[in-house]
Amino acid sequence: MAQSLDKVISQVGNVILGKDRQIRLAVACLLARGHLLIEDIPGVGKTTLAHALASSLGLAFQRIQFTSDLLPADILGVSIYERDSGRFKFHPGPIFAHVILADEVNRATPKAQSALLEAMEEHQVTTEGETRTLPRPFFVIATQNPSHQVGTFPLPESQLDRFLMRIELGYPDAEAERALLQGVDRRDLLSQLTPCMAVEELVELQQRAKRIHTSGALLDYVQALIAETRRSPDYVSGLSPRAGLALLHCARAWALIEGREHAIPEDVQAVLSSVVGHRLSPTGEADRVNGANVAGHLSRQVAIP
Amino acid sequence: MTAGAPVLSLRNVWWLLAALAMVGAPHAGRVPWWITALAVTLMAWRGYLARFNLGLPSRWLLLLVIAGGTAGVFVSYGTIFGRDAGVALLIIMLSLKLLELATLRDAMLLVFLGYFLVITNFLYSQTIPTALYMLGSVWFITATMIGLHFAVRYPGPAAPLRTAGVLLAQSVPLMLVFFVLFPRVQGPLWGLPRDAYAGITGLSDTMTPGSIANLSLSDAVAFRATFNGPIPNPTRLYWRGPVLWDFDGRTWSAGRPYFGKMRYETNSAPVEYTITLEPHSKRWMFALDLPARMPPATIVTWDFQILSTIPIHNRVRYEMSSYTSYRYGEEEREPVLARARRLPEGYNPRTRELARRMRGDAPDDRDLIRNVLAKFRNENFFYTLSPPPLGEHSVDEFLFATKSGFCEHYAAAFTVLMRAAGIPARIVTGYQGGEVNPITDYLIVRQADAHAWVEVWLEGQGWVRIDPTAAVSPQRVERGIAAAIPVSDPLPLLVRTDYEWLRRIRFTWDSIANNWNQWVLGYTQERQRQFLRSFGIADPAWRNLAAMLLVATGIAVLILAALVLRKLKTTVTDPVLRAYRRFCGKLARKGLPRHPAEGPADYAARLARERPELAKAVSLVSALYISLRYGTDCDPADVREFTRLVREFKA
Repeated sequence: MAQSLDKVISQVGNVILGKDRQIRLAVACLLARGHLLIEDIPGVGKTTLAHALASSLGLAFQRIQFTSDLLPADILGVSIYERDSGRFKFHPGPIFAHVILADEVNRATPKAQSALLEAMEEHQVTTEGETRTLPRPFFVIATQNPSHQVGTFPLPESQLDRFLMRIELGYPDAEAERALLQGVDRRDLLSQLTPCMAVEELVELQQRAKRIHTSGALLDYVQALIAETRRSPDYVSGLSPRAGLALLHCARAWALIEGREHAIPEDVQAVLSSVVGHRLSPTGEADRVNGANVAGHLSRQVAIP
Repeated sequence: MTAGAPVLSLRNVWWLLAALAMVGAPHAGRVPWWITALAVTLMAWRGYLARFNLGLPSRWLLLLVIAGGTAGVFVSYGTIFGRDAGVALLIIMLSLKLLELATLRDAMLLVFLGYFLVITNFLYSQTIPTALYMLGSVWFITATMIGLHFAVRYPGPAAPLRTAGVLLAQSVPLMLVFFVLFPRVQGPLWGLPRDAYAGITGLSDTMTPGSIANLSLSDAVAFRATFNGPIPNPTRLYWRGPVLWDFDGRTWSAGRPYFGKMRYETNSAPVEYTITLEPHSKRWMFALDLPARMPPATIVTWDFQILSTIPIHNRVRYEMSSYTSYRYGEEEREPVLARARRLPEGYNPRTRELARRMRGDAPDDRDLIRNVLAKFRNENFFYTLSPPPLGEHSVDEFLFATKSGFCEHYAAAFTVLMRAAGIPARIVTGYQGGEVNPITDYLIVRQADAHAWVEVWLEGQGWVRIDPTAAVSPQRVERGIAAAIPVSDPLPLLVRTDYEWLRRIRFTWDSIANNWNQWVLGYTQERQRQFLRSFGIADPAWRNLAAMLLVATGIAVLILAALVLRKLKTTVTDPVLRAYRRFCGKLARKGLPRHPAEGPADYAARLARERPELAKAVSLVSALYISLRYGTDCDPADVREFTRLVREFKA
């Protein structure tokens, strides 16, 4: 079964060139049953990544382009009166799919954002007094422009916390860039992608990720990392218990991708920056550890017990 | 303010204000009122600006206040140098610096100035309460400094205070090392400003009616004496001070001292004791009648006053021995005896007349003395601290009219009577008695114990001590001043003996203060030498001391570091982890240490890159370690295999 994971990763890697780590992180996030936030400037392949991932996993894919006039009903769906039956019939919104690409999520108003984020949290949608369960697996990939860009409503910290991981794609390196420039149109590639596994297989993999062994020594390390963020004056506030759980779940998923039955400190370190990067802000005095390398700073600070 | 410099928060401004107020508070009573008012105003102003987030005043205004303040200090003190003016100036500048307080750097500067202000307090007082208060101040300033560095997530005032406390506690060993070993110089380390000795009370070399009674109103300690044997009977505790020869009708004065050899006869064993003399700005060193040896750096006059070569501005500790029964001065020279018979003409006619009459009744000197003492005893003379004031013929008025007086009245009257009758006599001032501290068994002699008595010269006997006060009030000599004085007389509270609990507290406190004086303030070059000699260090020259200081400091720092680091290193009981650490240790010795935050798989990968020849062995060890430590494998056979692999591993 792990081979099919490798196939997914290599297939997506053929579309998004030179971003193997980010693809693995995205897959790990999916296996850990969390949602993914991709933050980067437009045009680095955020949408392509989401699309390729959904296609390779054989999942129903929906894209919601967030705009400033997007309404919650545009996401969740509406009930419309049908003259034939004389009843209201619910027309499900784009959220009823396995993989949702919430594009440029920070361009919508907070109201629309929270409709999405509540659905992410509850795995269900309540409209007009009726609760409807979302399909499983349910995976939201939200993309976000860097918040200093014009016309954005940056997600508040509490909502950022709903995302298990936040990754940045960044520019491709020179080699990947050349391959991209020489290669065929990405849209053609996307349409040619074939599913590498069935939905049941993915659910089974999610179950296996849960069962990955985490020894006491590994939990010691995770706790040491959390304790450091709470103790050190370099961070505005320490990691929450939920963040600790997130770290552990992601480390398990990463170990599964790496083909191990147990998680090791390297797994924790591999997912650390994408799990804690958006949950930890450095203090003013610790400006040297800004943004992305806040996690690198943290993992260098903490000895592995 | 420079752009980008960290701005101080309101909290930090409060802390700084509180710290400086705490350090400066003891000075408030010493500087002129307007400086206190100025400092308080400036601090309140700074607090107001901080509270409402207003801008700091312009530099020109501050310059104006500096100029005004400096001028004010000059007007108040007549100088801007010296201890008092210097401290006043420092306080003004410190308060003004608050109004420039904008950045962290300014705050640190203020903190250091605050530490300096702590030292200035010791220029005025070195008592235990001062030391404790200053310790508290240092603690608070240090906490302020620590608090400055909490940019965010300020955990409340307890955290900086606790950290400061820990820092101070950690500095105690170093402080002790420096205290014991820092080379001492004779006298103070730097000359104290000349105005540092104002307002010290003590005996003087002149005596007028009422001068000793005035002194008796002070409960300040004159000196403390520790006896090697039992404390002698109170009637023998005559602490000899200035000897007064010359009388001008009102004032007795010491005149020019003669220096000579000490010559005396004795048939008793000497009393051995140690005196810790409080500074009194004069040169006398007190000793029991009759001193048998001289402390270092002193000269002795020929009437047995011991004089220090320099005025006593610091507490002095000296060992003494005295003979309490003695004979001396039998072969006195005639000019000296003539000086001891001289009386000014035209004063006290009635006393002279009385002396002539009594001389007629008793041609023998000893009988005459007995008669005069009997007169004091039998006529209703009265011993009091607050006698009525006396006019021109002070002795006449005392003997025939007021008949009440303090020891100087009796001593003066007795001496005048003796001289008028032709018997050489002189007044000796000093202290009589003292109070035994039952806690540690030493004698406290206070200014209130000041006393005056008489020495007369008798043919065949030499100088003999006569205490006319003892004739009037035997309790004065036997039981001390508090027992002899009427209750209505004003006596300092501490000399009163009415409250038992108060006495106990006082004795305990004095006992602590005495140890403080002896061992902390009195830790002079000589004491240091003695103390080090007891450790077998024979010649503590300052170079040796400096070397020892460095070594001891190093040792103290090492011990502290070991204590602190011990927390970091916990003993490993897990055999797997221990073996893995051994494995890492082997590689570390070959220059390939594992970074503490480097996982085992990453480490193995790096080793394989850098030392391909080790790759196979390393990957074996690492894989087994990972499965033992992070996997589900806990087979004892695998643990043994792992330790064997590590043992056989060669980097």
